[in-house]
Amino acid sequence: MATQNLTIGFLPLVDACLPILAQEHGFSEEEGLSLSFMKDVSWATVLDRLLYGHTDAAHMLAPLAIATTLGLGRPAQPMAAPFVLGLNGNAVTLSKPLAQRVAMPGDLPDPAQLGAALKKAATKARSDGSRLRFGVVHRYSSHNYKLRYWLASCGIRPDEDVEIVTVAPPFVADALENGEIDGACVGEPWNSVCVERDVGVIVLATAQIWRRGVEKVLAVREPVLDRKREQFEMLIRAMRKAGAHFVDPANIGQNSDILSAPQYLDADANLVKRAISDRLVLANGAPPVHFPDFMFQHSEAANFPWVSQAAWLYSQMVRWNHLEYDAQDASRASAVFRPGVYRSATKSTGDDLPAANSKVEGSVSQLTQVGAHQGSITLSENIFFDHRTFDPEYIEDYLAALS
Amino acid sequence: MQYDMMKVAIIDESPARASIIEDGLAGLDEPEIHVLTKRHGLLAQIEAIAPDIVLMDLGNPSRDVLEEYFAVSRALARPIAMFVDESDDEAIAEAINAGVSAYVVDGLSKNRIRPLLDLAVKRFNAFARLENDLKEVKGKLAERETTDRAKRILMDSKNLTEPEAYGELRRKAMSSNKRVAEIAEAVVTAFEMMGD
Repeated sequence: MATQNLTIGFLPLVDACLPILAQEHGFSEEEGLSLSFMKDVSWATVLDRLLYGHTDAAHMLAPLAIATTLGLGRPAQPMAAPFVLGLNGNAVTLSKPLAQRVAMPGDLPDPAQLGAALKKAATKARSDGSRLRFGVVHRYSSHNYKLRYWLASCGIRPDEDVEIVTVAPPFVADALENGEIDGACVGEPWNSVCVERDVGVIVLATAQIWRRGVEKVLAVREPVLDRKREQFEMLIRAMRKAGAHFVDPANIGQNSDILSAPQYLDADANLVKRAISDRLVLANGAPPVHFPDFMFQHSEAANFPWVSQAAWLYSQMVRWNHLEYDAQDASRASAVFRPGVYRSATKSTGDDLPAANSKVEGSVSQLTQVGAHQGSITLSENIFFDHRTFDPEYIEDYLAALS
Repeated sequence: MQYDMMKVAIIDESPARASIIEDGLAGLDEPEIHVLTKRHGLLAQIEAIAPDIVLMDLGNPSRDVLEEYFAVSRALARPIAMFVDESDDEAIAEAINAGVSAYVVDGLSKNRIRPLLDLAVKRFNAFARLENDLKEVKGKLAERETTDRAKRILMDSKNLTEPEAYGELRRKAMSSNKRVAEIAEAVVTAFEMMGD
């Protein structure tokens, strides 16, 4: 079989790992596929290259794929996400002075308690005539929506009580150092870079906000997915194998080295290792803290694109006035996630495959068996920290309850 | 007349490229051109200038920050792709290929955007060619240095004269269907691995 090629755009972040490792460990080759990569430093560029055919697919913020489908910021183009590249893996890092006031540096506190302390600090800043300012990596990012979710649940209005601005991941440490921002929600290794430079303290993992929160997806233009369906199914299988390799503790050192190479993350392998091993150093000089499932790339069918995840992201876009609720938009947004493609790619591999395409998000509070294509899959806790649940059939009710 | 009013902001962290683009646009009925090369304080500068068109290189790390700013301050610019019809989509694709991204304010007429964009594309391409030429020259210089080192290694270790050493390199290159520079690099690498 002739080898086929796909070009994949990415930003230098740890969660670009699966396609990179699929290529590096020969899993794509086993499928008859070879992958080339195109690295950029802003999501706008990754997106433009995808839209204009420089790349076939991209490592992309899930909400950005939805925003592009709905015509926010770009002319509407239907995007498809047949594979979730991972769940969570981001963190909130605060400037050292703010962390001193609201947290115990070196420890991951309870999100609600931390939020309460932060609320006091935000109120104090406002009475002094300023506002605490937080950086997120993109307007249409899960970082933005999870940060806002946490703040709002703690009684901090994200657009009134504080200010949220966009800061590109490589510049978060600079922005914290020179006081442009008081905190940021960003992916790895950039939180660890802040800690290493001793300009910030990691105080919260996004996995504490939503235990199984959707993060990046593999995004493809719908017509390209249709045209190259076979290659994409090969890619999905190769990335599942890469995921199994990635989560095996025996491979952590090797995979950290590969990902840190100049053509990929161009980062310090020791920092990359912290994220991969779920052992983050939260404050400069502190011992690492083991936080299981800080990143979640493989088990429990983590890559399965649940349409309910897309629907939750859409609900947050509406919640924060990025667009107005529209039933048709809601279904177009949900349809960006393509469980059907994932199914047909993996059905004959014996891999975990849920029976349903959608679930009530945040409803699993203990180990639960769910129906699978064959047998069952055990899902562990996937709750939101405030114990709300999201039923994708009732987006408007959910939003009404939140406001 | 109206052209005098048009304000163009060129954002580029490479001052050399920015000035080449600025130069190119200067021939164009003199729009008011502002060149911004520093990331720090970018938004404040953009706000002060209130440009009609923002031109920047596709790979600029500040693009997400700018797009957020444009999305919030609705009066300001949008990606140029938001304004084109299908007939112009090719021009946008060309711009993207050349590495140009452009943002324009709502309501700016198409026939004022197009010549600017075309010029920017030409200038970006010209700059890319210049860069390639420079890279080639640098590559050749580096190759010559490597070849000189390889020759010295052969001269010292095999007691050869300089022409003999070069002859060895050339013979090996011809017999293995490689370039002299590649053989020279192999010699230097092998020497470095054997040494110390």
